[in-house]
Amino acid sequence: MATVIKVENLSKAYQLGDIGTGTISRDLERFWAKMRGKEDPFLKIGEVNDRSVKGESDVVWSLKDINFEIEQGDAVGIIGRNGAGKSTLLKILSRVTAPTTGSAKLKGRIASLLEVGTGFHPELSGRENIYLNGAILGMRKAEIKRQFDAIVDFSGVERYVDTPVKRYSSGMYVRLAFAVAAHLESEIMIVDEVLAVGDAEFQKKCLGKMSDVSKGQGRTVLFVSHNMDAIESLCNRSILLNSGMVVNNDTTDKIINQYLYSYKDELSSVVENLALSPKLTLDFNINTDNLISIGEDLEFSLSLNSPERFQLTDLSILVYNEREIRVSVIDFRTELDKVEGGITSLKIRGAVKGINLIPGTYKIKLYVKSGLFHDNTAELVQFYVRNPNVSEIIPYSSVVSGIVKFPYDVSELVVL
Amino acid sequence: MSEAKPDKWDIELTPKNNLFDLKLKDVWHYRDLLVLLVRRDFVSFYKQTILGPLWFFIQPLFTTIIYTFVFGSLANISTDGLKAPLFYLAGITAWNYFADCLTKTSSVFTTNAGLFGKVYFPRLIVPLSIVVSNLIRFGVQMLLFLLMMAFYGIQGVSFHPNAYLLLFPFLLILMAMLGLGLGMIISAMTTKYRDLAFLIAFGIQLMMYLTTVIYPLSTVKQKYPRYEWMVEYNPMTSIIEAFRYGFLGQGTFTMLSLAITTIITIAIMLFGIVVFNRVERNFIDTV
Repeated sequence: MATVIKVENLSKAYQLGDIGTGTISRDLERFWAKMRGKEDPFLKIGEVNDRSVKGESDVVWSLKDINFEIEQGDAVGIIGRNGAGKSTLLKILSRVTAPTTGSAKLKGRIASLLEVGTGFHPELSGRENIYLNGAILGMRKAEIKRQFDAIVDFSGVERYVDTPVKRYSSGMYVRLAFAVAAHLESEIMIVDEVLAVGDAEFQKKCLGKMSDVSKGQGRTVLFVSHNMDAIESLCNRSILLNSGMVVNNDTTDKIINQYLYSYKDELSSVVENLALSPKLTLDFNINTDNLISIGEDLEFSLSLNSPERFQLTDLSILVYNEREIRVSVIDFRTELDKVEGGITSLKIRGAVKGINLIPGTYKIKLYVKSGLFHDNTAELVQFYVRNPNVSEIIPYSSVVSGIVKFPYDVSELVVL
Repeated sequence: MSEAKPDKWDIELTPKNNLFDLKLKDVWHYRDLLVLLVRRDFVSFYKQTILGPLWFFIQPLFTTIIYTFVFGSLANISTDGLKAPLFYLAGITAWNYFADCLTKTSSVFTTNAGLFGKVYFPRLIVPLSIVVSNLIRFGVQMLLFLLMMAFYGIQGVSFHPNAYLLLFPFLLILMAMLGLGLGMIISAMTTKYRDLAFLIAFGIQLMMYLTTVIYPLSTVKQKYPRYEWMVEYNPMTSIIEAFRYGFLGQGTFTMLSLAITTIITIAIMLFGIVVFNRVERNFIDTV
């Protein structure tokens, strides 16, 4: 297969803070340096982009010396945390902004979908906007005309096609916009996390279309998403970015594992000697490896200790998902009921059988009602649930796929 | 697999590009977009209005009435012996085209930041579409001017259209280029220095008073010979004077002044394109 994208030593620097005020003298200085063929004096001091650490200079490298190649027909996922440089990379490849140093070479036409509905004019009808948006994305009029029925059909807003788009619901708006972009005949398709909008059915349709594009038509797809499942089933290769640098470039399952494992370092699985009150301390831990596949057990052990005797009436483990919804409560009152009188120490070991939560990060807190402490504790540990088997069917994003993954059996399937 | 021949790339993205590489091939490829943008401007202009495209008439008409009253009757400024409304409307029509091109192109980057930040197309398309959609507006206003000429012609008011009318298309191109060139320079600079956006709002007003819109060049020459150069070297002056001369037979211009205007215009236009091209690539980081 031929290489269609070749990125060499690509870097992009951004200036932090205000731009424009008091910069004339600086601009002149830069201009003078450039005229003499010297390096830009304000880029020398650039440093790695880490948003949580206060840096010395106000120039950061959003991307630093990126190198990779992509072959025709590959669907490539770009994975990384917020600020890793994913969007900057897509912006450069879709020619919205230019690199600071280095180069990128591409073959064929590029369709970039950094946002759906770019250039839609609210006063114009759906029909007019299809033409306008198509032209903005680089389609010729004849091309749009040829695809027009397919676009309207895909979007499912046929009835409203002659209504100004300002009267559309936001869902219809997104549908129409994606439909236009999806029908662009390009060799390379660049998609940023645009699918967070729209309902489940439409998300599925979009991902299905993208899968068609890469698997069926041999076109190249670059896809940024935080939905690992979508990346896993859509992309055959992935690139892992961290702080503007390529960490690895390999097959998707390897990259996702690497990403989750690097991510895992931020998840803690152990709490030791946490003082709930001056006289009550807590130890808590879960599986040493806090990466759990759906269906596996979550083991935990906890102990409460105090120098003096205390009453303990309630103790529960509270599990929360990323959106701070309490997913489950593990209640130990039955066990505590057997305890009579005051205690100085308590130890519990156990396991949650067959975790059936949808993939994502979960947090654990503890509810304690005792003579010494009566409240929910702060967030203690986190664990990540992942999907062990990848199917050909692209899963829904976590926003719409509910909370619980029910195990199920199909006992009969009748097709007529 | 062996690589027999060196790879041929369609697109190369590098930090620097050739200043005079206008990507005209790209612009040509996106010509349908130009047409659609012009259409969008035109249609969205009168959507949900009752008078619709009539609004194109109303503005110059009322301006002419006010000017006739204030500058003609009250201030008694000479109109080169022409009927006052004809004199003003000729000036206003031409000036409006230039001024509209200038103001609209000067905010291209800021008003289209959302669009430019998300998708690539040759940015030059947008200023070009502005020039073209203003041309439609100008056409409508020219119609008003011609109607007024016919009206006064029937009434027997004397004015003398002449062979210099043939300069009209050339004058139009000059105005478009001048508006586009200046607009692009300003738009490129406003991405970093917003001050210019404020300057342009009243600067264009002031510039009008330095152009022969409400007074003829002959009056300035007569009354203020010391300041005459300020008006005369303004490239718009000779365009408007030539415009008036061609249609109405009164105006002070020489082929030399028009030649100088042409040279200035071309220089501004080229400089505008270069500046625009430079800024285009990275403006989204600073805008």
